[in-house]
Amino acid sequence: MSLVIDTVTKQYGRFAALAGASLTAPQGAFVALLGPSGSGKTTLLRILGGLEMPDSGTVRFADLNWLDMPSRDRKAGFVFQHYALFKHMSVAKNIAFGLEVRPREERPAKADIKRRVEELLELVQLQDLGSRYPSQLSGGQRQRVALARALAIEPRMLLLDEPFGALDAKVRKELREWLRHIHDKAGVTSVFVTHDQEEAFAMADLVAVMNKGRIEQVGTPDVVRRDPGTAFVSDFLGN
Amino acid sequence: MPRKFQNPTEDSLTLKLTLGSIAIAFVGLFLVLPLIVVFHEAFKGGLAHAWTTITDPDTLAAIKLSLIAAVIAVPLNTVFGVAAAWCIAKFDFWGKTFLVTLIDLPFSVSPVVVGLVYVLVFGMQGWLGLTLAGYDIQILFALPGIVLATIFVTFPFVARELIPLMVDQGRDEEEAAVSLGASGFQTFLRVTLPNIKWGLLYGILLCNARALGEFGAVSVLSGHIRGETNTMPLHVQLLYDNYDYTGAFVVAAILTLLGLLTLAIKSFLEWRYADELAASHRH
Repeated sequence: MSLVIDTVTKQYGRFAALAGASLTAPQGAFVALLGPSGSGKTTLLRILGGLEMPDSGTVRFADLNWLDMPSRDRKAGFVFQHYALFKHMSVAKNIAFGLEVRPREERPAKADIKRRVEELLELVQLQDLGSRYPSQLSGGQRQRVALARALAIEPRMLLLDEPFGALDAKVRKELREWLRHIHDKAGVTSVFVTHDQEEAFAMADLVAVMNKGRIEQVGTPDVVRRDPGTAFVSDFLGN
Repeated sequence: MPRKFQNPTEDSLTLKLTLGSIAIAFVGLFLVLPLIVVFHEAFKGGLAHAWTTITDPDTLAAIKLSLIAAVIAVPLNTVFGVAAAWCIAKFDFWGKTFLVTLIDLPFSVSPVVVGLVYVLVFGMQGWLGLTLAGYDIQILFALPGIVLATIFVTFPFVARELIPLMVDQGRDEEEAAVSLGASGFQTFLRVTLPNIKWGLLYGILLCNARALGEFGAVSVLSGHIRGETNTMPLHVQLLYDNYDYTGAFVVAAILTLLGLLTLAIKSFLEWRYADELAASHRH
């Protein structure tokens, strides 16, 4: 019962975005993919979310062949770097989207969807903003709507692409603890992409350092920091 | 001593007046004046004469034919245009640049040439003419030919309007929809379509205006059969050639009115949904 990524490769033209990335993480872990830009973090995250197919390699999660499943069956909540909220829908409609597009037999009743949306708005502390539109929200608020929308589908996996990338330092720090809290409460396995090592070490159970399409080292923050496995990791962490 | 500062983006009064007058004179001379002339000439013979021309069976037939051609061509080009723009904006594939160039073809080729090409294909001396005639199918000098020509000429309007818009919007929202479990069709209906609806509307209105006004290609293909294969623009020419100047201007005025109606609908919708329009431009 864990997430096992095995020698995944992905080529874009002549550029190898992933050159055999492997990673194992227990279910329920909070994993940070840390690395410089162009190291393949986002590509790996998109493969987990079903937005991209690898050229080779396997991914297993919760004893499922993850890559064989269409993204709609994976229940992998994705939080995009620029949130990708639906501009023309209210906050409440954005959050309800994942429930409303379910096939009729699996779709909750209208009242249930409404209740679920209210719960989620409360969880992300935006109780009174359900009827607003994304353009009327601040960056931090949009971020939280994006998270609520991803959580609405009761995800098995939460995927976050530079979740705090566009926010200022103060908001970042606040959201970190809060996101970690939500992860623990939802009981999901989370993978988040960041190039900020402080963020990775502060939040994650496991830090995977990536370089040139490979994962150089995976370990708890303590281990990675104390004992960098390769010259690159050591260099990247600035030791 | 306080100095008087001029706003750096503020031009002098003389310059403003000069440029303003040139603009107004130009618009008046080339856009407004012809409109006035059309309506003035149309009613020169009096309301009664105008009414006789309009209710003439040949005029009515021409109006009907133009509307039928537009009613067929515009929805088809809407579907083609949306499909083409969707492919180009949301997917990467081999030959994409070629497809974009191809979509522009009707803009760059003279409509008369297009008409001649259809004659070459469907004419009695053409590649398919005899075969089709064997099945009693007539393309040239009949409605199918007129519709084909109209579709060809108006093809780029919807696609051209949508491609830059959809490229600009990117794939983020679609990807979000897919990750939330939406099917391809749901994604299109609930996310893509609402985001492009204004561009789509403009494209359709422009396409419609052009479909009603198309002259060159239709002129080659229709055969100018009075009351049968004459569209409105062709009917204007026919009346004019027969020295029925007032009649020509009456039909021209109807054509102009249809165009103005299109613009009025556009303006009304912009006014009615101003808030939503403003919101969709914000990011």
